[in-house]
Amino acid sequence: MTADPLENPVPVRRNASRFGGGDRLVPQPRLTGPMPWVIAIMIALTVMAAGAGLALRNLAGNATAEIADGLTVQIVEGAPAEKARQAEVAVAVLSNLEGVAEVRRVPEDELAALLEPWLGQQGVAEEDAIPVPALIDVRLSGPVTDRRLAELRATLTASAPAARVDAQARWLEPVFEAVASLQWLAVGLIVLLAATSAAAVWLAARSALGSNRETIEIIHLLGGTDRQIARIFQRSIGLDAVLGGLVGLSLGLTAILLLGRQFSGLGSGMVAGGALGPVDWGLLAAIPLVGVILAMLTARSTVLAALRRML
Amino acid sequence: MSGGEGSIAQFDNVGLRYGTEREVLSDIAFTLYPGSFYFLTGASGAGKTSLLRLLYLAQRPSRGIIRMFGTDVITVPRARLPAFRRRIGVVFQDFRLVQHLSAFDNVALPLRVSGVPESQITKPVADMLDWVGLDQRSEARPATLSGGEQQRVAIARAVIARPEILVADEPTGNVDPDMALKLLRLFEALNRLGTTVVVATHDVHLLKKVPDSLIMRLDRGRLSDPTGALRYPPRREAPKHSSRAP
Repeated sequence: MTADPLENPVPVRRNASRFGGGDRLVPQPRLTGPMPWVIAIMIALTVMAAGAGLALRNLAGNATAEIADGLTVQIVEGAPAEKARQAEVAVAVLSNLEGVAEVRRVPEDELAALLEPWLGQQGVAEEDAIPVPALIDVRLSGPVTDRRLAELRATLTASAPAARVDAQARWLEPVFEAVASLQWLAVGLIVLLAATSAAAVWLAARSALGSNRETIEIIHLLGGTDRQIARIFQRSIGLDAVLGGLVGLSLGLTAILLLGRQFSGLGSGMVAGGALGPVDWGLLAAIPLVGVILAMLTARSTVLAALRRML
Repeated sequence: MSGGEGSIAQFDNVGLRYGTEREVLSDIAFTLYPGSFYFLTGASGAGKTSLLRLLYLAQRPSRGIIRMFGTDVITVPRARLPAFRRRIGVVFQDFRLVQHLSAFDNVALPLRVSGVPESQITKPVADMLDWVGLDQRSEARPATLSGGEQQRVAIARAVIARPEILVADEPTGNVDPDMALKLLRLFEALNRLGTTVVVATHDVHLLKKVPDSLIMRLDRGRLSDPTGALRYPPRREAPKHSSRAP
């Protein structure tokens, strides 16, 4: 028998909140348990939804910026000579107008090439060809407003009566509306996935609480505070969320990179406008971090709520 | 209620019932002063464990007043209860050891809960395990320990933080007479240092081993106190305890 261990008491603090070795109190299944994998799937889906949302935002933003200041003037005239005359007049008038940055008459061979998929090989200028309006591409120095459009119409029709003036943005309005709907769909998906993740973490925390109830009661009766006990679970689920988050981020980014490569192969200018920038990649990389915080807060509030039911 | 100043625990008119059943404890009144040694006896079902649960703050009574360390613990905010629990050492009847922790880690629990740095934990825990004869079993999990060994781990855990009151439910039920006596000497040593000790036991031989002890006899939920010695016990001068108030 050694010296009486009661002779030298250990200085304990009755109000201490730190809990040394607390992480050993709850057995940690880690990657062998379902929790990290559930979080990994949720994070992967969230990263993909967010990637799609960001790409659509970029696509809409780039397309809008490209055509916001654009006008198309059509000279709708059946007689080729008169069409050519009015087109020249319109170009001249537009070039002298204040606020017009660029005026370009679309060459007839370019117009023919554009229409070739629908009309076949025919010269726009040929006599027996289907009459095609002359097109003038106009860039203003600012965005096209309704008032500016009305002024231009009035000015042009005075000298070129066959002129029809349209804002390019108006043609693509339905496309932008569809893109906006898809963006909201992506936001909705992210919210739903976040709610599902929170619910999964809540269930995991409840399950861990149930299977460790005996341990929790012992710690509770030895003077462990609710915060000390909640911190143990918070740390445990936080670690699961970090592991799951990293796996999920890798899966999500791989999927986005593969899809991005396929879309870039389409060679479409509009689709190319949806490419993700450095800030977008940064936002996607931040999703697991948000996931970890969400998981830890959910675990903490779940455990605290359960502990409050004990004395 | 009169007296009770400087008491460790004071029960007045305490009753406890579970659900709508009849009271398992009725009109319990006693005062425990620092440095006292009590044996709580009574037949099975008399309410010993229920009374101990009230003492170690695992349960609120259905009626009455309980003051621990001079504070009414019935009305005290729940958040303040852990600080009171850290001043109470408990030996549970079923040991209640954490099954996936070693004997060492189980004994170290109260110190870790109280924020004692790891550097100050190893030696006292090792000494305590040595003292209860488990120095060779410090890394063993509870499942691999015998009933008596588990009981000794539970006792070591209850006394490691030098509590102001030790509450033990049948602490010698699973050990041989020699070890029972040794554990009783540990309780006495703790008692001499100022810790109030309450031991619930069936073992009448044990009562004779501590001559200065008082007997609390429970009979069908009522405390027998014909002389009033439990309600108004004589004050004893106890050594100053090292623990601080919460």
